[in-house]
Amino acid sequence: MSTNNLAEKAAFETINGVGTVDLSVQTVRDLNQALHDQHDEMTIEKWDVLNPKGHHNLAVGVDQKLKIDIHGPAGYYCAGMNQEAEITIHGHTGQGVAENMMSGVVRVKGNASSAAGATAHGGLLIIEGDAGSRCGISMKGVDILVKGSVGHMSCFMGQAGVLAVCGDAGDALGDSLYEAHIYVKGSVKSLGADCIEKEMRAEHIEELTELFERAGVTDQDPRDFKRYGSARQLYNFKVDNAGAY
Amino acid sequence: MCGIVGLYLKNDKYESELGKLFAPMLIAMTERGPDSAGFAVYGDAVEDGIKLTLRHEDENYDWAALAKDIEKALDTKVDWFQNSKVAVFKVGVDAEKVEDYLEQNHDDVLIMSSGKSIEILKEVGLPERIVDMFKLENMKGSHIVGHTRMATESAVTMAGSHPFSTGLDLCLVHNGSFSNHNRLRKELQREGIEFNTENDTEVAAGYLTYRLQQGDSLNEALENALKTLDGFYTLTIGTKDGFAVVRDPIACKPAVIAETDDYVAMASEYQALTTLPGIEDAKVWEPEPARIYVWERNGN
Repeated sequence: MSTNNLAEKAAFETINGVGTVDLSVQTVRDLNQALHDQHDEMTIEKWDVLNPKGHHNLAVGVDQKLKIDIHGPAGYYCAGMNQEAEITIHGHTGQGVAENMMSGVVRVKGNASSAAGATAHGGLLIIEGDAGSRCGISMKGVDILVKGSVGHMSCFMGQAGVLAVCGDAGDALGDSLYEAHIYVKGSVKSLGADCIEKEMRAEHIEELTELFERAGVTDQDPRDFKRYGSARQLYNFKVDNAGAY
Repeated sequence: MCGIVGLYLKNDKYESELGKLFAPMLIAMTERGPDSAGFAVYGDAVEDGIKLTLRHEDENYDWAALAKDIEKALDTKVDWFQNSKVAVFKVGVDAEKVEDYLEQNHDDVLIMSSGKSIEILKEVGLPERIVDMFKLENMKGSHIVGHTRMATESAVTMAGSHPFSTGLDLCLVHNGSFSNHNRLRKELQREGIEFNTENDTEVAAGYLTYRLQQGDSLNEALENALKTLDGFYTLTIGTKDGFAVVRDPIACKPAVIAETDDYVAMASEYQALTTLPGIEDAKVWEPEPARIYVWERNGN
């Protein structure tokens, strides 16, 4: 065990080559600074975050190929703006997990609160439990795989990327949808404005198969899923549709 | 913003530690509400008569004299104890009688709550200060709901703090804001409901009081509230036997619930739940929008 004195007090410890930040001792600022310090030159690849206890803003803005394990539940905006890192939360997460992610992989072992993957441009978000409302709101290219169910208004204004749900979807799925692809295995409580069920063609089976492979999911058959997409009636203004806006 | 926390014990295992378990939950929500804090604790129930939480601005107010006055005037026995600016009075007659007597003879005394077991305690200041002031950690009981306030709709005052009493053994805490409270306040005033502040939550509390007076069950009153109250909100309602949680149909305001064999806990953020025993293995989830959740010991 050695101690790295980046500032006056230890921001983290290195245990068997793994950067370890214990949030019962160190601060969230210590954690994020230690991760950001890996940007120019990666000296420590693996990181453990202990005692997260629902703290907000954990592992936010990471831009290096780090492997980060958060051992417990996280608060809001965990892994936000992630680029390239592989971040696993061994617990539940609060609002906005992986919001605005650009690339990399974020995996939530528990449930996620609302707005998971909000506005994310790229990368892969896997939620092994359920996700709350507005999962994938305004998604811009991220792929999101939810092994449980998603809450209401999921994929609201989704522009690009894939939202795959192995459970059920809540009210107003895909409301005001652009070109994000939605796949749901279970029931859909209701579809939002301009979202319709679409034919599952070979290319969609292929897309879903590839997503399951990347996410390490082996217990799902893409052929069990239904596809939903935009009817493309709302996203250019037509005066005939004024009542629907 | 604002923070809400609630803890309902399913059995008597932690009853003697209710305050001790709850104090860190309230303090954990300081960032969401540093202006004022309060809680409604349920326990130490009276069999006959009524329990009132009374408050007087003067910390040296002569509560003993007031107790004697009530005993003499209403020909009944009064048990009482003081807690900071507040005193809890247990009086052997029904609520209306004492409340009328106080209003007519001691209008400088504020009635914070009345019921069989409820005590509402709230003040301006950081949650930690309120916890210390009322010695929350020593409190026993079956359930408790609390609130930390970041004021948006009205001034930072004790009267504008939560919980708000909504009837016998009932109280309301709220995170969010209502957009139709001015008109609704006027409508309720016409129906005889009185308001003491410009606060929007007081209007929601008044609305629930009104619906319950009209004969609604708690569930019906909350169903009607979902139709009538416009705005965004998470509400927690303390009842004699437990508590209820309801979120608006859009569910913008956060809420998380944790359940074990021993308790149900709710909070605006998970952070407030991390100190509870067995939280690592609790079932944790978010309440759905526009759905009324009720946990009560007697199941009614």
